[in-house]
Amino acid sequence: MNQNNAILVSEGIHKSYRMGAMEVRVLKGVNLTVKKGEFIAIVGASGSGKSTLLHILGALDKPDKGIVRFEKQNLSSFNSGELNEFRNKMVGFVFQFYHLLDELSVLENVYLPAMASKSVLGWLAYRGRAKKRAGEILGELGLSERAGHKPYQLSGGERQRVAIGRALMNEPKLLLADEPTGNLDSATGNGILETLEKLNRAGQTIVMVTHDDRIARRAGRTVTLADGKIKD
Amino acid sequence: MYKIILAFRYLLKRRITYFAVLAVALSVFIVVVVMTVMTGLVNDFKQKNHDFVGDCVVGTESLVGFAYYEDFIQKLESEDFVEGISPVVKSFALKRRRGSGLDDVVEIMGIDPLMHCRATNFGETLYFHRNNVSEMFVPTYDPNLAGCVQGIDLLLYRSADNNYPHEAILDRIGYSISCFPLTARGALAQVGTDIVNTRTFYNSDHSHSGLAKVDGTMVYLPLEQAQWLCGMDGSVKRISAIHIKFKPDVKMETGREKISSLWIDFKQRKADESQAYLLDTVTVQNWKDYKRATIAPMEQEQTVMTVMFAFVGITTVFIIFVVFYMIISHKSKDIGILKSIGVSNFNIVQLFSGFAFLVGFIGSAIGLLAGWLFLLRINRIENWLFEHFRFQLWDRTIYAIGDIPSQVDLKVVIIIFLSAIAACLVGALLPSFQAALQEPVKTLQVGQL
Repeated sequence: MNQNNAILVSEGIHKSYRMGAMEVRVLKGVNLTVKKGEFIAIVGASGSGKSTLLHILGALDKPDKGIVRFEKQNLSSFNSGELNEFRNKMVGFVFQFYHLLDELSVLENVYLPAMASKSVLGWLAYRGRAKKRAGEILGELGLSERAGHKPYQLSGGERQRVAIGRALMNEPKLLLADEPTGNLDSATGNGILETLEKLNRAGQTIVMVTHDDRIARRAGRTVTLADGKIKD
Repeated sequence: MYKIILAFRYLLKRRITYFAVLAVALSVFIVVVVMTVMTGLVNDFKQKNHDFVGDCVVGTESLVGFAYYEDFIQKLESEDFVEGISPVVKSFALKRRRGSGLDDVVEIMGIDPLMHCRATNFGETLYFHRNNVSEMFVPTYDPNLAGCVQGIDLLLYRSADNNYPHEAILDRIGYSISCFPLTARGALAQVGTDIVNTRTFYNSDHSHSGLAKVDGTMVYLPLEQAQWLCGMDGSVKRISAIHIKFKPDVKMETGREKISSLWIDFKQRKADESQAYLLDTVTVQNWKDYKRATIAPMEQEQTVMTVMFAFVGITTVFIIFVVFYMIISHKSKDIGILKSIGVSNFNIVQLFSGFAFLVGFIGSAIGLLAGWLFLLRINRIENWLFEHFRFQLWDRTIYAIGDIPSQVDLKVVIIIFLSAIAACLVGALLPSFQAALQEPVKTLQVGQL
């Protein structure tokens, strides 16, 4: 695969966990290249290591062995400050269980990543623009009316759209979605997939993890994770 | 900014934090009230002792006393830092009410009325002669009689509601005061049937110093009379002490050092005198050292109380620790979310420390306000309890305490306020670090939800 256009490259990723006295080798040398503007679905059986791989690609977790390059930069050479900035600016996570902060409103949840990257004074200067952008994102996701609500006042589909909005707030180059429809009924899940497709058509690079082949088919490319390795 | 917002929201939304705030408020309330009352009592006690003694005392514990005091007083009178000087005779005596067959052991203090009131606040303790101290030993009912001033508790019983039943005029009651006169060498000055000197005095006033021991045992007599009773009125007169008051701008220790240096010089000049050996027992002490034996136990009680409140502080730290441990256990998902959007470990610690700061700040503010309001009304509350239930914090018939001190010391308040916030921060420190070190992938796992 031509790597000049690649945004994300993983080479020989290994990861194992200890379960009691036993060591479980989840990833056994995963090689994956993601091109800019691509929508990739990673499929595999439950426990195959899909989520683990996604977390490693998004620098939420570290591989035991192997390299992840984002725009040709080796993530393992990043210090903790650079990793935090990478997670804040370069990637956006969407989780199966939405993971919104109950204490914040929908609008606050969406602009939280922008707020997290600013000092108090910096935020006071930037607040207007951030709120405007968060409002626009909620408008695009059809949630303008819900801006002042709390997450627990929303349906599952609405919550997931808020989570997508939060992931998009800082205009990340890469969107990582972990079973984004896994907790939704098929109609609502379909709506979420349409949103992702729309984002991808607008140029957003997306890596999605799912165990459902039908959902995976909505992506531009599907890779299968089995026995700890990618099988194209 | 998100740290401030989240800290406030956690505070308002988590009911368990109300318990943490309440625990801090209660601890602060107790500490403020008890420390204010205790500090007030100690300060009041010290002030009364200071008022009674003056600033400095040149004196001896020996019942024989010391000689040549007039020369030293003359020297002191020429010093510009000295405001008042009072020669004093102190001893023990037997007091018998005329017509009664019982003797009471009392302490006697021979003073010159004007000199003593200039060197101490003794004049303020009198009831009938407060504005006419020079006449304190003149009974109003018969100016020709020899008068004495007695400690108020020797004459009157304080009622439970903290009042003395003062009468408009003192009763004409005579007391015979007997002392064992001693020679300069400490031997009995008289033998045979005249072993004691006795003289009759009539009540001319009573003194209320607020010091239980003094008010319950002391009889004040004219200096010359006391000298005669104690055998200190020979060709070389003797006294027990010189009480000195410094000018207002003179620091206590500086004044004492100057007096000490003057005394050393004086003693050297008197070395060849016949009773120079009596000067060896004389010490120069500031009022605090002079009354150390009385003040020290109270200061010790204050220290013990402070240590006990340090334990209250440790309990608060532990409560905060438990509350934060519980909160953070429930907030592990939030920590994972925050880390997934790039929040650093340091910022996680800051977030929960800010939360702890808010708990400490609000809890302390509530505790201080409640404590202040309680102290403002503490005497009214005690009066009400006494009127309705006959309950008193201190039985006024036993303890020489007037009103319960309620003056809040700003310095103490600031220390308590900052200590409470510090206790909350300490209590939250470990759970905050624990939170910061959580791995986001573990906290965001389905199994953790």
